Amino acid sequence: MTVMTFRQALHDTLRAEMLRDENVFLMGEEIGVFEGSYKITAGLLAEFGEKRVRDTPIAEEGFTGAAIGAAMLGLRPVVEIMTINFTLLALDQIVNHAAKIYGMFGGQATVPLVIRTPGGGGQQLGATHSQNIELYYAFVPGLKVVAPSTPADAKALLLAAIRDDDPVLFLENLALYNTKGEVPDDDTPGEIGKAAVTREGSDITLIGYSRMAHVASQVAEQLAQSDGLDIEVVDLRSLRPLDRETIIASVKKTHAAVVLEDDWLTYGIGAEVAASISDGAFDYLDAPVRRVAMAEVPLPYSKSLESAALPSVDDVIQAVYQTLDAVGNRRERIGKES
Amino acid sequence: MSDQTRTPRKTSGRSEAGTRARSVSAPETPTDDGERLIDFYRQMIFIRRFEERAARGYTQALIGGYCHLNLGEEAAVVGLMAAMSPTDYLFTNYREHGYAITRGIDANRVMAELYGRVDGVSKGWGGSMHMFDITHRLLGGYGIVGGQIPLATGAALAIDYRGGDEIVMCTMGDGTTNVGAFHESLNIAALWNLPIVYVIINNQLGMGTTVEKSSAEPELYKRGSAYRIASERVNGLDPLAVADAATRAVDSARVGKPFLLEVVTERLRGHSVVDPAKYRSAEEVAGLKAHDPVHTLAERLLSEGLLDADALAKLDEEATARSDEAAAFAEASAFPDVSTLFDYTYATPVPNDSRRLPGQPLFEPAPMPESEASE
Repeated sequence: MTVMTFRQALHDTLRAEMLRDENVFLMGEEIGVFEGSYKITAGLLAEFGEKRVRDTPIAEEGFTGAAIGAAMLGLRPVVEIMTINFTLLALDQIVNHAAKIYGMFGGQATVPLVIRTPGGGGQQLGATHSQNIELYYAFVPGLKVVAPSTPADAKALLLAAIRDDDPVLFLENLALYNTKGEVPDDDTPGEIGKAAVTREGSDITLIGYSRMAHVASQVAEQLAQSDGLDIEVVDLRSLRPLDRETIIASVKKTHAAVVLEDDWLTYGIGAEVAASISDGAFDYLDAPVRRVAMAEVPLPYSKSLESAALPSVDDVIQAVYQTLDAVGNRRERIGKES
Repeated sequence: MSDQTRTPRKTSGRSEAGTRARSVSAPETPTDDGERLIDFYRQMIFIRRFEERAARGYTQALIGGYCHLNLGEEAAVVGLMAAMSPTDYLFTNYREHGYAITRGIDANRVMAELYGRVDGVSKGWGGSMHMFDITHRLLGGYGIVGGQIPLATGAALAIDYRGGDEIVMCTMGDGTTNVGAFHESLNIAALWNLPIVYVIINNQLGMGTTVEKSSAEPELYKRGSAYRIASERVNGLDPLAVADAATRAVDSARVGKPFLLEVVTERLRGHSVVDPAKYRSAEEVAGLKAHDPVHTLAERLLSEGLLDADALAKLDEEATARSDEAAAFAEASAFPDVSTLFDYTYATPVPNDSRRLPGQPLFEPAPMPESEASE
């Protein structure tokens, strides 16, 4: 184990995979000479050269599509799209091509492609640069979407994504790049499609991914200290496929859930999780599933407005209290212990 | 008519320009123009009869979805395909049946794909717009206008990355030159000296919109100049002219100089089988018939004494018989089994991949938990 930042874990994993497999190469805007907008690819151009660390023109549709085409011929491109907002420029290539090519041609060509891209608000970047639109991709069969929250998972899931024969959208988050954690030294890939129970508890389940998995852990820790609550935390890690079994198993144990998400509430990933809980654990619920999500506005620049719009630790704590109140009320009404 | 030529700027491991050019030999084609013309006619009349048979299958409701035909584009198709080596890659759009059969893919399997059958080139998953055959290096018909252009550019990147000798040909319609993907891709190909030929099949209509009405530079080949890509316009009703121009384009691509070739042709019928093309005048339709490349070539073969009427009729009969045979094969082929519905979502198996049919619940109905049921 080595303690390192999320950024370092991504950098080291990219480098290790490029050393391991000469078919792995990087493409994206400003990833070479500029060393990446968020410096994930720092030093890699100097080490591997222009062939394997390709600075592209500002042409998301063109270079993402080119990466898909290269993947069809057996290369394993890792594309960096500067932020998830800019993936919209490549939407046709990702949704109509990367996600379709394996199925549409009856399994004759695979697309072993990784698209790394960070989302995240809270940086005062305004409405077009602060979105969390991974939902658009998690909606699409044929794509895999992973959203790690720790440096260890970042390494494990990036290894898995690069070695996978399907297109994988690898979601990063601006607020997580400098977070630190223990990272295993060995190169064992993680498992796409699996959530993790990152903290065991019996009172209520908090479900999140990426930055909101951190917020969930923070809330669980804080309420354990202040109120003696025993909160379980599920880190989704994979948005497509979605690991409903782990979610349901947890809710069957705790009988209550709050879903945390950094995107808009209506039609969001939390809606899918809540509907899944209704499908799989309806009879176990002691309170309605609560969702904590971003205010439904284009995110403003001004700090006062931006902070109010984004879900905070305090927002989640309020939702936990209210949900536990509802649980208590219901249990009182039916005379049940817990 | 080349606009620009330039010395490729090497960025990666490709062998030196010039030396790689000749390492893949051209397909065996008769050197004598007469024999080439006869060969082209055989391929063109086959496309003509195959497409007519497909149209019939469509009106019989044996073919579904959209169905775009190469009628009128036969000379363009066979001329282009003659310039490619078997190891070269082809990306096309949704008007691609003729390319598939001329590339050498079994016509039975092309027709079976139209019929949505398990023996289709894409196993019934693609249909008319999405023909694919890895063996013949047809890397797709694509239904989204311009969607194939970045992909083809990336395939050329992969060839360049490995220092290979193949080239990519990427065809598109005239209307496609207005999408962003066209411009982004040409820019990338030129920057990176990729081995690719972009071909505009200018049949002068994007659905019902003329080139003049949709393109501010209606001489479409000139658009290459914005990227310093050499370009040329050729008469797409003459298969020899197309083949010669395409060979120049392919030779250029093989030394890392991407090329833009505009093939001016015509679309004999509507945009798709169901389009009556009422936006065309009677005069225009009469002109189409007069320029019909299949008839024109037949007349030329007769007038130059290369084939007599009987020989022409025999080729026609063969093409008709072969098309009928393909239709019979397609109709006899099975529909894909519903049990295979989830076989092609992911190439690498993944936990929690959904295999739920529309009427099935996410979770089987379960009894109430005991603690609640007992209350």
